[in-house]
Amino acid sequence: MNALMISYWWLMPLLSGLLLSCVTGPLGSFVVWRRMAFFGDTLAHGALLGITLGVISDINPTLALLLSSVVLALLLYPMQRIASLSSDTLLGIISHSMLAVGLVVLSLAQDVRVDLMGYLFGDLLAVTSTDTLMVAIAAVICIGLIIWQWRGLLATTVSPELAAIDGYPVARLQLLLILMLALVIALAMKIVGILLVSAMLIIPPAAARSLSRTPEQMALFASLIGLVSVLMGMSASFWWDTPAGPSVVVAATLLFVASTAVNRR
Amino acid sequence: MIMPDRPLLLKATGLNLKRRHKQVLTDISLELHAGEILTLIGPNGCGKSTLIRILLGLEKVDSGSVWRRKPLTIGYMPQHLQLEPRLPLTVLGFLRLARSAQDSAIHGWLNRLGIQLLVNQDIQDLSGGEWQRVLLARALLLKPDLLVLDEPVQGVDVQGQHELYRLIPTLRDELGCGVLMISHDLHLVMAATDEVICMNGHICCSGHPDLVSVSDAYQQLFGQRTAPIAHYTHHHDHQHCLVGHTDDDPTAETRQP
Repeated sequence: MNALMISYWWLMPLLSGLLLSCVTGPLGSFVVWRRMAFFGDTLAHGALLGITLGVISDINPTLALLLSSVVLALLLYPMQRIASLSSDTLLGIISHSMLAVGLVVLSLAQDVRVDLMGYLFGDLLAVTSTDTLMVAIAAVICIGLIIWQWRGLLATTVSPELAAIDGYPVARLQLLLILMLALVIALAMKIVGILLVSAMLIIPPAAARSLSRTPEQMALFASLIGLVSVLMGMSASFWWDTPAGPSVVVAATLLFVASTAVNRR
Repeated sequence: MIMPDRPLLLKATGLNLKRRHKQVLTDISLELHAGEILTLIGPNGCGKSTLIRILLGLEKVDSGSVWRRKPLTIGYMPQHLQLEPRLPLTVLGFLRLARSAQDSAIHGWLNRLGIQLLVNQDIQDLSGGEWQRVLLARALLLKPDLLVLDEPVQGVDVQGQHELYRLIPTLRDELGCGVLMISHDLHLVMAATDEVICMNGHICCSGHPDLVSVSDAYQQLFGQRTAPIAHYTHHHDHQHCLVGHTDDDPTAETRQP
């Protein structure tokens, strides 16, 4: 009976993790190609403030998380386009100051009980079947959109200028990508946590790079590597009681290191 | 050359652009008709590429206006294209990204440009000259009404440069397109262009290269050194060449700031 209960508790988180890695493969590939890793970090860090504000104003925390993530993405979107603005520094300031403000506000709201560690490092046991359903819906929507707009997204990534001259809706495609990123980061946070969420976006595609000859292959391999990482990490967590989010990231990193041995280019 | 029977593709009027504290472009006006080859020459940093980007609608100006015929299919070959090493892409994959590109057209142009063997190669592994040809193929894929070439021979060996410049008038005749190109080497483009605009932030002079080359001003400016591979160095202080200002040259467009 115990074993059954445990596997039930693990089913939802595992399913969420697996669904999520299907999206983070292609989406993370775009993050890597467009060098948006820092942007993803900023979204994740800013989300803590969103969670805090959500808890204080008594909204559903997942909804608050989604809303704040999307709002932040829309605020940061114009900045993405001004490359000359030394956006590294600016994003760094925004990213860490939002994390800091989030932590301070959280500590001030004393009557609010928030599991800080759970948000920072992920809390798998808090993943409910509703969460899993949301992840599933988001995954289907995002994968559908990516497949539908694949050529435009890729053309915009290779050269926004050539894409613009060809008549692709460059600005709209960039917005689409950023909104999908915000959505996925918000949902991934429960599983891997704020601090490690962008690792799930970047490490699997990086591992997939040396195995692929086309962008489609890279996106697909990144999803597969993500799936294997989730399985490995969660199994480790199950058997050795390690924290699940970090275990998944460690597994992905091991796969990345292994991939560098293959055909180093 | 002004060809009234050919449709106007592009017209810029009084373009001005200031960036930070530098006046990049001053009062630039030009026209381009179908079937016409117009070359912008000038020293590095004189605003040629910026002007092209403005004409293409990629950048904004402070004042002045750009009119483009609608619809206008543009084939653009940029000077640089920063490639992301983490993005694996073959030549075919790259060319397929061009909107509504047909595989038959891709293979046709690759054959024509002599790079059909590169079709499955990773674009990271191409030499400078090969990459320029792939970019040219991409610009030609969609049968452009207007072909825009920003320094098309960069990274190409001398033999290849001559080939490419011989190809451009042929392409113009086949496609019936207008061609706007940038060069910093007047000699190389002499035979390939109908009209030359010398610029250095503003338009210093402009005119038909044949008429330009027989004019006294041209001889004075470029001397007899224009042997096949002689290098022409463009010194623009603020002495404007007189080309195009001569009265016996009715086809040359004259601009004197």
